Amino acid sequence: MFANHPTLRYIAGRAGWYVLTFFVAVAINFWLPRLGDANPVDTLMSRVSGSMDAKSARDKEESYLKEFGLVDLDAQGQIVRDAAGVPVRTSILSQFLRYVGMSFRGDFGSSIVQHPRPVLDIITTALPWTLALQIPALILGWFIGNSLGALAAYRRGVFDRVLYPMALLVSAIPSFCFGILLVYLFGIQLEWLPTLGGYDDGMNPGFTWTFIQSASQYYILPFFSIFLLVVGGQAIGMRSMCIYELGTDYVRYAKLLGVRESLIVRYMFRNAMLPQLTGLALTLGGMVGGALIAEMIFSYPGLGLSMLTAIQSLDYPVITGCTLLVTTCVLVANFTVDILIGFLDPRIRAAREGGH
Amino acid sequence: MKLVRHLLRTPGFLVGAGLLVLTLALAFLPPLLMSLDAYRRVGLAYLPPTSEHWLGTDHLGIDMVALLVAGLRSSLYVGFLAGIIATTLGTLIGVYGGYKGGLIDDLLTACTNLFLVIPSLIVLILLSGSLQEGRSLTLIGVFIGCTTWTWTARAVRAQASSLRSRDHVALARINGYGTLGIVFLHILPYLLSYLFMVFILQTASGILSESVISMLGLGPYDSISLGNLLNQAIRNEALSDGAWWAFFPPMVLITVIAFALYVINTSMEGIFNPRLRK
Repeated sequence: MFANHPTLRYIAGRAGWYVLTFFVAVAINFWLPRLGDANPVDTLMSRVSGSMDAKSARDKEESYLKEFGLVDLDAQGQIVRDAAGVPVRTSILSQFLRYVGMSFRGDFGSSIVQHPRPVLDIITTALPWTLALQIPALILGWFIGNSLGALAAYRRGVFDRVLYPMALLVSAIPSFCFGILLVYLFGIQLEWLPTLGGYDDGMNPGFTWTFIQSASQYYILPFFSIFLLVVGGQAIGMRSMCIYELGTDYVRYAKLLGVRESLIVRYMFRNAMLPQLTGLALTLGGMVGGALIAEMIFSYPGLGLSMLTAIQSLDYPVITGCTLLVTTCVLVANFTVDILIGFLDPRIRAAREGGH
Repeated sequence: MKLVRHLLRTPGFLVGAGLLVLTLALAFLPPLLMSLDAYRRVGLAYLPPTSEHWLGTDHLGIDMVALLVAGLRSSLYVGFLAGIIATTLGTLIGVYGGYKGGLIDDLLTACTNLFLVIPSLIVLILLSGSLQEGRSLTLIGVFIGCTTWTWTARAVRAQASSLRSRDHVALARINGYGTLGIVFLHILPYLLSYLFMVFILQTASGILSESVISMLGLGPYDSISLGNLLNQAIRNEALSDGAWWAFFPPMVLITVIAFALYVINTSMEGIFNPRLRK
């Protein structure tokens, strides 16, 4: 089918690969939390069963078992029972298949702690905050970091000698420490900016002027805690890529030919950019993690905070919902970069077009 | 030997190695010189630094110096453990696939690429979250090692597959060496300097990963680590109480170890990679 369309074949091949990866991610998301012996129904029962008699407690437990898909159901939707009247537990494999089906429909089940609130509802409330915080910080940090790194490599000398160790030191600081320091300095010692939350207490999120004003004050510190880290990390990577490019034959040849310096820099920049683009996608996973922690420290009402509360209260459906979402985002970012690289890198383009 | 002498004259390497030796000394010397008990309360909560307790006390009134020394040791242990596991796993998978080629290589590469894109922190959170009790320091180190081997495998594979077609490997094959013999005697020695640098980076990232995981409240239950100390300090309002001695020193220690390892790595890269030598 794709024989005459090398580009389509390339995209289809990559897409197939990422679908496979997604399946593995879903499987990891399902199996890892089940390694331990925590069971959502037991957790829920211990919360509600205190004031119940044995009969209603058993009914409640069975309704939970049904809801979480832990028991077999017959055609009428009734619980299948063995001879002693005990509900038959669903095999782990059919639980897994049910989970995969639900994940593809975007149904992550319901929270244990905030039962019966659906996990999807928790995620969609938190997600806009995370996106609004992270995307500008990541993109702006990526551009500025790469420019600084290229500058450091090209100028070397004093600029490099000061900037590079600085960037190295910045990248050695654990991501969350920036957040802690910013909170302590600007929030608590100097009292310049609010530190905890996303907006003033008692406000309702919405597109009103007072709300945006309040939210932007809360935005500054978390933004910088992520932004600075990205700048440091990207600058280091770009510097070594550029130094590598500076030593290659084509740069030396161009210099010998007396090609304009700005043109050489442009050639070099384009070559050094490609791995940095891949790096953006690959490190996105790590950055997402770092940024999640930034949210926790600032109690920013995003995905990171939802995940932290879920981890502390063992709310597994919420944890796995969030982790699956983050993994999916990272996979999508990687896929996009793969396709982009396929079009930008002449070597991959040539390999593809010469392949038929 | 010439390389080692060269290394000892590089200022970056000396700074990094000096810092590393300093942290090792901080972790292992104080218990020999004074009595430190990381479980005994010596006063009220969050006492500011005094001449008797140099860095004050934590939220339970335990001497911070004792806690830091114990935490530093755990963090170094986790880091080295994770570094060893990640480097060994990555090297074995990468070298074997790169040398063997063919179907085995394709399978191993597919496996590596697969786990490379799934964020390791997420896997780590799920793993540590599912084991509530019994989450020991060693187990955390093993988890970290098992989730970060991927990029090592990828880099080592690339190097091994380029060594595969070298003459000395072909000669060894003609002389009847088996796969294991060639891998250990004729390929690994060429990668040693590279592997050492990988190990250093993996150790640094292991220490950072442990602090992140502990910060989330998923750290080891059985020991005091630098990440655990931070988690406790933040949870018990060290920030709003202005108790900087409860959270600042652990952060400095983590940063200093990671920075020392990074500096050692880049200065070694400068020596081993002639292209970077200036």
